[in-house]
Amino acid sequence: MKGWPLYEVFIRPRNGIAHRHVGSVHAPDPEMALELARDLYCRRGEGASIWVVPASAITASRPEDRDAFFEPLEKEYRHPSHYDIPPDVKNM
Amino acid sequence: MYTQGLDLVPKGAEAQRPKDAEEVRLEEEFQKKIDAEIRIEPDDWMPEGYRRTLIRQISQHAHSEIVGMLPEGNWVTRAPTLRRKAILLAKIQDEAGHGLYLYSACETLGVSREELIEQLLSGKAKYSSIFNYPTLTWADVGIIGWLVDGAAIMNQVPLQRCSYGPYARAMIRICREESFHQRQGYEIVMAMAQGTPEQRRMVQDALNRWWWPVLMMFGPPDKDSWHTAQSMKWKIKRFTNDELRQRFVDAVVPQAERLGLKIPDPHLKWNPERGHYDFGEVPWDEFWRVVRGDGPCNRQRLEQRRRAWEEGRWVREAALTYAEKRRRRREAARAA
Repeated sequence: MKGWPLYEVFIRPRNGIAHRHVGSVHAPDPEMALELARDLYCRRGEGASIWVVPASAITASRPEDRDAFFEPLEKEYRHPSHYDIPPDVKNM
Repeated sequence: MYTQGLDLVPKGAEAQRPKDAEEVRLEEEFQKKIDAEIRIEPDDWMPEGYRRTLIRQISQHAHSEIVGMLPEGNWVTRAPTLRRKAILLAKIQDEAGHGLYLYSACETLGVSREELIEQLLSGKAKYSSIFNYPTLTWADVGIIGWLVDGAAIMNQVPLQRCSYGPYARAMIRICREESFHQRQGYEIVMAMAQGTPEQRRMVQDALNRWWWPVLMMFGPPDKDSWHTAQSMKWKIKRFTNDELRQRFVDAVVPQAERLGLKIPDPHLKWNPERGHYDFGEVPWDEFWRVVRGDGPCNRQRLEQRRRAWEEGRWVREAALTYAEKRRRRREAARAA
């Protein structure tokens, strides 16, 4: 809305869990974004903590670059399953 | 509350431009992802038709939630007890929330909130035909929760697996909250069905008035639903309008019988061969009349929305002014 930029909303459901993206709100400033996010996404005690981030502040990777960006090389040796260890070797 | 997926654009109205080789390749890749149940996310490549279909469907759905607050709002000051009033307020607040989740999801497709609101207020956008019917008695509030929200749930559960990620995620939240709406409605209906003869008459009358409009919520019959096949192929829809309507009838008839209420359809009958209820023809003329703007409350609903938007202007402006004042105060404190 006019003069109400978009904020992305992240909620930590309870302590011990990371914040997770839940959606977005439009608000005139960050404080009001927090209050609106609380009313919108926490009507049933879903939140112990909320972050709001101006959507314009987020830098995102490009979907069309996905393969080149995330898998520059095959590096199977980074995974434990790459190594053949005899089954009688314990605690490995 | 729910999307009717109104297909008002006739076939062939969208001009077919020849596709170049790159576009054909992208579309094939896109369909492969859909077939493999990989969700589509906002910045992924998608065919224009897919984007347009989703914008139409999600925005109609959002508008339905917003307009859906009006028939219920009519009863906030007249709810019979404080408990019922608190429940009704919470439900209406949920509807506003559902509208906002959906506007958010719709904006990820590259349409702005202003455009969406403008389309609703100008009457260009559609919303579910069901909200153009009046709520005449308290029994209507119960019937809306039980049947209107019940029909919405029937529609929305498969939408939780819609191929478009943001829409599917919004639907998961909405379905979780919608279940309370249906149960509180059935509870109201139950209380009245077990009440005085006058209350029983009221609730039967409400059922008689709402039954057919509720069946219309699933949209036109499959044979008249232009976009269904494409939407199913794109996995925006998982079931056809007629399939969902049948499931709903099968679910609801025993719930009505349990309360001694009579479904107002002389053709309603269990068909043991099909394993489903047979039911009469939905009055589609009425449906199209309401969709085209001539239902009992179309003008009143839009007028109320426009007034709410205008009368809320000072609140939006005050919020902006306050934000600006707060920003300046913070800067001054920093400078000092």
